Amino acid sequence: MAHGPSENFFSRWLFSTNHKDIGTLYLWFSFAMFLLGGAFAMVIRAELFQPGMQLIKPEFFNQMTTMHGLVMVFGAIMPAFVGLANWMIPMMIGAPDMALPRMNNLSFWILPFAFAILVSTLFMEGGGPNFGWTFYAPLSTTYAPDTVNYFIFGVHIMGASSIMGSINIIATVMNMRAPGMTYMKMPLFVWTWVITAFLLVAVMPVLAGAVTMMLMDINFGTSFFDAAGGGDPVLFQHVFWFFGHPEVYIIILPAFGVVSQIIPTFSRKPLFGYSSMVYATASIAFLSFIVWAHHMFTVGMPIAGELYFMYATMLIAVPTGVKVFNWVTTMYKGALTFETPMLFSIAFVILFTFGGFTGMMLSIAAADTQYHDTYFVVAHFHYVMVAGAVFSGTAAVYYWLPKWCGRMYDETMGKLQFWIAFIAFNITFMPQHFLGLAGMPRRYSDYGLQFADWNMVSSIGAFMYGGAQLLFLYNVIRTIGWGKPIDDPQVWEGAEGLEWTLPTPAPFHTFSTPPIVK
Amino acid sequence: MSKRARALFLGLLSPAILSLFAGGASAEDAGWNLNMPRGVTEVSQAAYDIHMIMIWVCTVIGVLVFGFMFYIMFAHRKSRGVTAANFHENLTVEILWTIVPALILIVMAVPATTALLKVYDTENPDIDIKVTGYQWKWQYEYIGEGVKFMSELRTSQDEQYGRAPKGEHYLREVTQPLVIPANKKVRFLITGNDVIHSWWVPDFAVKRDAIPGLFTAAWAKTDQTGVYVGACTELCGKDHSRMPVVVEVKEEAEYDAWLAGKKEEAVIYQSTIGKEWTNDELMAKGEAVYAVSCAGCHQSAGQGIPGVFPALVGSSIVTGPVEGHIGILINGVAGSAMQSFADQLSEVDIAAVIHYKRNSWGNDMGDMVQPVDVLNYKQNQ
Repeated sequence: MAHGPSENFFSRWLFSTNHKDIGTLYLWFSFAMFLLGGAFAMVIRAELFQPGMQLIKPEFFNQMTTMHGLVMVFGAIMPAFVGLANWMIPMMIGAPDMALPRMNNLSFWILPFAFAILVSTLFMEGGGPNFGWTFYAPLSTTYAPDTVNYFIFGVHIMGASSIMGSINIIATVMNMRAPGMTYMKMPLFVWTWVITAFLLVAVMPVLAGAVTMMLMDINFGTSFFDAAGGGDPVLFQHVFWFFGHPEVYIIILPAFGVVSQIIPTFSRKPLFGYSSMVYATASIAFLSFIVWAHHMFTVGMPIAGELYFMYATMLIAVPTGVKVFNWVTTMYKGALTFETPMLFSIAFVILFTFGGFTGMMLSIAAADTQYHDTYFVVAHFHYVMVAGAVFSGTAAVYYWLPKWCGRMYDETMGKLQFWIAFIAFNITFMPQHFLGLAGMPRRYSDYGLQFADWNMVSSIGAFMYGGAQLLFLYNVIRTIGWGKPIDDPQVWEGAEGLEWTLPTPAPFHTFSTPPIVK
Repeated sequence: MSKRARALFLGLLSPAILSLFAGGASAEDAGWNLNMPRGVTEVSQAAYDIHMIMIWVCTVIGVLVFGFMFYIMFAHRKSRGVTAANFHENLTVEILWTIVPALILIVMAVPATTALLKVYDTENPDIDIKVTGYQWKWQYEYIGEGVKFMSELRTSQDEQYGRAPKGEHYLREVTQPLVIPANKKVRFLITGNDVIHSWWVPDFAVKRDAIPGLFTAAWAKTDQTGVYVGACTELCGKDHSRMPVVVEVKEEAEYDAWLAGKKEEAVIYQSTIGKEWTNDELMAKGEAVYAVSCAGCHQSAGQGIPGVFPALVGSSIVTGPVEGHIGILINGVAGSAMQSFADQLSEVDIAAVIHYKRNSWGNDMGDMVQPVDVLNYKQNQ
């Protein structure tokens, strides 16, 4: 009764309701967006290689910083983890597929249109969005180019896609777990994704509300964000960050999940503190809703508000610390090997923790007066977004790719990519801490001569890091096409979980009969 | 090995977290600067101190956690023939590593709160200065003194686009710095005219957003005279990086003399409004005003940027009646980057720049615009 994918290329990929095919679509789409967003970053770093305007005009520079942020957050990182969720959640909980396969197809296929709309603005009169990925009003309303309406429409579509994807994940996990797979037996990747999905369902409508209010202000004469009409520009920031802060956890929580799968495998030892991991994830998710205004320490809040947001933000260090201690203790007294996924995961723990340290520094409001909107912040969030989310996504691909395609990647090439990426990442972003502390604000198309040296170092690192991604692409294509075939269901010696009981490569339909979990 | 290459080599080799401590240098230092300036006010020193406390706390935790991790990576590797243990929980340590960080945070909250209280201590100033952010310049107004001026970037387009060598103060020099006295508590009341800007002076640890329609407050008091350079730190459009903040702290007597001079300038200026200006005078003045206040958007030859900033060459306003042209400079265009220049430029400047635009780049109106015309327009409004 089991049948394979459609023979016809178009009907297979356009009409697919199969969780693996849709997962594959998500992953390739996100990689394409990753390269596009990366290309924007290369333009930024090339212009900042030296002081003075050499390559592009300041207005185009602002479009590049904006599009880099939007494409990376909404086009690269989020869809990458949705792709991983599509592939892995049914395999990990013993389900045949996702609960809502047709909606799954829709939630993917509206994404390319959203990004086509967004990116097309770069070629329109007035240029693309130039107001930063945080699009603060009134720069993004009264003072925005006309193309801002395309941006708003694009964001609406992305939001709809994310909400549908999240509902699908919640429905799958709640209804389709194999017999005996209780909540507290679910792999941590599934747990982090369920919590992420709830965050998405809660905050994507808030983002939609923010852009809709912008739309009204721009086109229909309302004044939500215009003080002259009785509105308030600061209201925009409150609404945006009520979405924006949970958003950063939406990005990082699935990454936590991936690392919590990989570290036990290569330590050959069960995850330490499973239940505290679950509780810590849930606590982080809860705290993410009540700390948003720490992005706004310089808007002139009353001191009571500022103190509250400072204390609440500092609290996040506690559950995050629990996670880091658990990962380290998982490795303690294990039998460690250092394959590519493990290398990326260990780098994740170290560099994400480093980003966490700078995060704690940023939470101190008096010191944040100095850090706010400087390169120190840029460095901080690239440590958690790139060395956090991107490293973890890369680790996930190397970890599960053999299972997906039944072919092993080349370990030497994988390690080569890791070391280039690790070194280049630090050359790129470590100096940005120094630039920020020395006084260089973010989103600057040009800078004074005192910042020239570290900017040059940072640009050199960025070009290296960009090159490492091409190596990643090469490694993946080479594995799928010409990798050494394997058929061991286990793939990795220490791997545990239902996905490793399936044949390698994973069959088109996952569990036609549910496995029994003891 | 050149100095730069050697410094690069050392910079990459030294463990970055430790090298952070080399700092404490002033923001004036060029090159391989690593740390935040300690600054010259009570607030900036409090911010610096809490910053250093945080760095040390993070370093200690980092050394312990990463040190343990590196030990594990060395000692517990499979290639050394170890077999994996099987434990996966320990309630005691789990409670311990939840409580201990929480206690550390509570302790750190104390200096963090004290420092923040200092930031907010804006009451009872000796002097109030209103700071207004414009795209892309600052306006400073000495409240109650009748002194008000714009502070704009002085670095030329030629330097920015590589047509001339960059000066020592590239992008850090302005037409007129803000001047404040030493040993006086100066309060800054900060607002924006168009979009949100943010007024930052690192050496004072003053950074407050300049939000249109709202006021934010900050303060500084220092005993150290000198020139302090800051920046706009909220993305405000294309020339976000081209509106530096420059503050000059003078001894009180010098400051008083400077302020008196400023007031006198205003009186002398009044007498020039009524004067009949010649074509040459207007063109020369207008060209200078245009370069500083208009060329950023409308470009150096009035060609504009299609779809973003309209061209002035052949524009219906520039080649239309003088009244309309004066009106657009006085009132701006609501909902666009074209701001009102009524408070930014003097009547003489407005008249000169209008005259210049109407008689440059192929625009050949041939009419004369006098300061008194601008004054009349303002008074009839």
